[in-house]
Amino acid sequence: MTTHSIAPAVRAVRRLSPLTFSFGARRWESTGAEPPPAGGHLPSIATSKILRGTREAALRTPGIKWLDEGGSSPLQNTIGGRETRKMNVYQAVRDAMGITLSKDDTAIVFGEDVAFGGVFRCTMGLAEEFGRERVFNTPLSEQGIAGFGIGVASMGQTAIAEIQFSDYIFPAFDQLVNEAAKFRYRSGGQFNVGGLTVRTPTMSVGHGGLYHSQSPEGFFMGASGLKIVIPRSPIQAKGLLLASIRDPNPVIFMEPKILYRSAIEQVPIDDFELPLGRAEIVVPGADLTLLTWGTPIFHCETALSLLSEPPASLASVVPESARGARVELIDLRTILPWDIETVVESVKRTGRLVIVHEASRTAGVGAEIAAEIQSKAFLKLHAPVRRVTSWDTPVGLQYEKFIIPDAIRVLDGILETLAF
Amino acid sequence: MIRTLLSRHSFPISRIFRKHISTTISTNSSESLGLLPTSQSPITPKPHFFNAVSTDGKQLPTYRVIDGVGNVIPGAEIPELDQQLALRIYRNMVLLPIMDNLLYNIQRQGKISFYYGEEATIIGTAAALLPDDEVLGQYRELGVLLWRGWGIDEAMAQCFGNEQDMSGKGRQMPVHWGSPMYHFHTISSPLATQIPQAAGVAYALRRDPARRSKNCAAVYFGEGAASEGDFHAGMLFASTIASPTLFIARNNGFAISTPSSEQYFGDGIAARGAGYGIDTIRVDGNDVLAVLSAAREARRRCVESGRGVLLEAMTYRVGHHSTSDDSFAYRARQEVEDRTRIDNPIARYRLFLKNCGWWSDAEEDELKGLLKTDVMRAFKLAESLKRHELKEVFSDVYGGEEP
Ligand SMILES: Cc1ncc(C[n+]2csc(CCOP(=O)(O)OP(=O)(O)O)c2C)c(N)n1
Ligand SMILES: [Mg+2]
Repeated sequence: MTTHSIAPAVRAVRRLSPLTFSFGARRWESTGAEPPPAGGHLPSIATSKILRGTREAALRTPGIKWLDEGGSSPLQNTIGGRETRKMNVYQAVRDAMGITLSKDDTAIVFGEDVAFGGVFRCTMGLAEEFGRERVFNTPLSEQGIAGFGIGVASMGQTAIAEIQFSDYIFPAFDQLVNEAAKFRYRSGGQFNVGGLTVRTPTMSVGHGGLYHSQSPEGFFMGASGLKIVIPRSPIQAKGLLLASIRDPNPVIFMEPKILYRSAIEQVPIDDFELPLGRAEIVVPGADLTLLTWGTPIFHCETALSLLSEPPASLASVVPESARGARVELIDLRTILPWDIETVVESVKRTGRLVIVHEASRTAGVGAEIAAEIQSKAFLKLHAPVRRVTSWDTPVGLQYEKFIIPDAIRVLDGILETLAF
Repeated sequence: MIRTLLSRHSFPISRIFRKHISTTISTNSSESLGLLPTSQSPITPKPHFFNAVSTDGKQLPTYRVIDGVGNVIPGAEIPELDQQLALRIYRNMVLLPIMDNLLYNIQRQGKISFYYGEEATIIGTAAALLPDDEVLGQYRELGVLLWRGWGIDEAMAQCFGNEQDMSGKGRQMPVHWGSPMYHFHTISSPLATQIPQAAGVAYALRRDPARRSKNCAAVYFGEGAASEGDFHAGMLFASTIASPTLFIARNNGFAISTPSSEQYFGDGIAARGAGYGIDTIRVDGNDVLAVLSAAREARRRCVESGRGVLLEAMTYRVGHHSTSDDSFAYRARQEVEDRTRIDNPIARYRLFLKNCGWWSDAEEDELKGLLKTDVMRAFKLAESLKRHELKEVFSDVYGGEEP
């Protein structure tokens, strides 16, 4: 980083809370010394305990539903004899599509640059394996991709569309919100496009700037009829994608692109699904609910370790009394329709809620959740619901680390909420 | 260079570009400079601009079979048609304005679109399709459903949104019909969204072994809707990702109040076809025989090549845009009256039928009487029915387990 870019960045940090300021600036400098690898890399992820690195842990993924041949056999939910393979997120996504293409003859996969493997490698080898009639490039038109997929799905077939970056989903917004979401309702249930799944890479990588960093899930919140799903890991990506493809509703499946390579797990090689519409309590706790989805789950995990065992540089701002706080970490997973029940139940127990998302604050998903929580758990709340989000600005390239919330800002949000 | 080439040959330009240009160059041009690498584009030493897809820079021709008084024009052929089919077409054409009239007079609120002036385009294309070709309409295509046997009662139920409205359980405004049984996808208000969807529907047909090389997807849209990006996307996808999609542009001269002269600067919608590399025809949309014959051939090409085909039907919206529109605010009453009198698709066809000895004034009176009675009966029934139950507000938002 040049000094020239640090100055405005520091100014941006100064607007944050004192805690964020003092450590945010230091982080910036250290990041400058060790630039992240090209393609994006999340430092905390290598040591994450959230990821399931062993076969045993992978096969015990909560809520896992095996879909073997003759799915209702007693084999269901047995784990003995099942195999896993080390995969990152793009491999897991590819695996889910491979399973779909081999089991469902009507399934097709299409989008910009999909045939050669996709810019994030998610469709690698699929065209060779299943043929260009089923895995193909489309012209460069997102509204066309969405409209075409809706047409295919309206005929009862399985359409898996890729929008190359979620930043470019807006040309398809009308097709998704006015058409896909309303297809069933407007036809009195006579037609539906449940077979449509729109996959799209999302969220920031640290150097994407305005148009490769966005998290547009909030824009779809009002589109009843759509489902929005965001996985946090390879196992989640595979299970949730298979569930999304088979769900009788159109699903927008947003894949956090920084996790494509950096998040690695042992992933069961069999066909399995994870439930849509269900949040997952990833770390149980009793004093505060920390709710997020996608990439920030790892910032949250880091924040929790900074909270319980602050490094010397942070010790002065993390009061002893806060270090023992048991924070419940929840991955929302399905953003629309979201799992109100699990979140409300958690907040009723903890009395505190911090919501973390990468999208900017105003009318972000966090606003909706906060409103719902205050109406459903008002008397149980010990502190206002806090949102740790991007600022209400576009994502400026050189300031990305200051705009997108990181572990320090999550820690700050937790401390302020605990101390309220 | 291209212009001179074109004037010497009668190939459609798309063909020339695709297949013939290299041979044309080598056989007809002594100073051939070869082709641009990896293309069929001849090298020319002259900077040449072009602004027409027709061979002589004029507007594209319009295909016609019968003239204003129902006589077959010189050189035209009557499409294969027996008396039974001819009269079925006629009865369906006559029914549309009768329905319109009644709905116009009785409607108390809400919008209903009108079909006046487009009977030939709608019924002519409907008659050219197989009954199980998938149809995606804009909103003026009730005639396709009625042609296929969907009843007047169903139509009335949809307009009233009563408990018998299966198109949308009273959720949608009038004219938003739909029926999977009749392969008619439910109308949606956002214009042009059905166009790329049609390419997807057609691709699904191609992938279905039972329907491959048998059915096509026919998509209707106005010349106004054709200005949307979705039109471009639909044409592009149907040609690039080969999908048997029949694009039927109803060019009725207006998009609400905006005349087509303010909608596009080029030669209508048909001129765009070649840009996507798809076979295209412009037809007199008030001549049901021309529409029938062109749509049959368009459909044949579409299904056989498995690709998109474009048919632009030139017609005129005689009615107001909808019941909340007074079109005399933006066009002269005289103009509308002239079009109704001189270029009335029903009158033109009736004269043709009379010339054939297939129709008489007595039959005309009888038909109109019957249809009016039938429409009135359906209206009375629809009016007397209740709405769907209130709980339908919440059903069908999601499929499967309701969240
Ligand atoms: C996306 C969109 N923009 C605007 C409208 C409002 N609108 C309804 S009909 C219409 C005119 C359509 O004209 P055209 O496509 O020529 O069809 P016609 O009514 O002539 O059959 C307009 C602007 C709409 N329904 N959808
Ligand atoms: Mg029009």
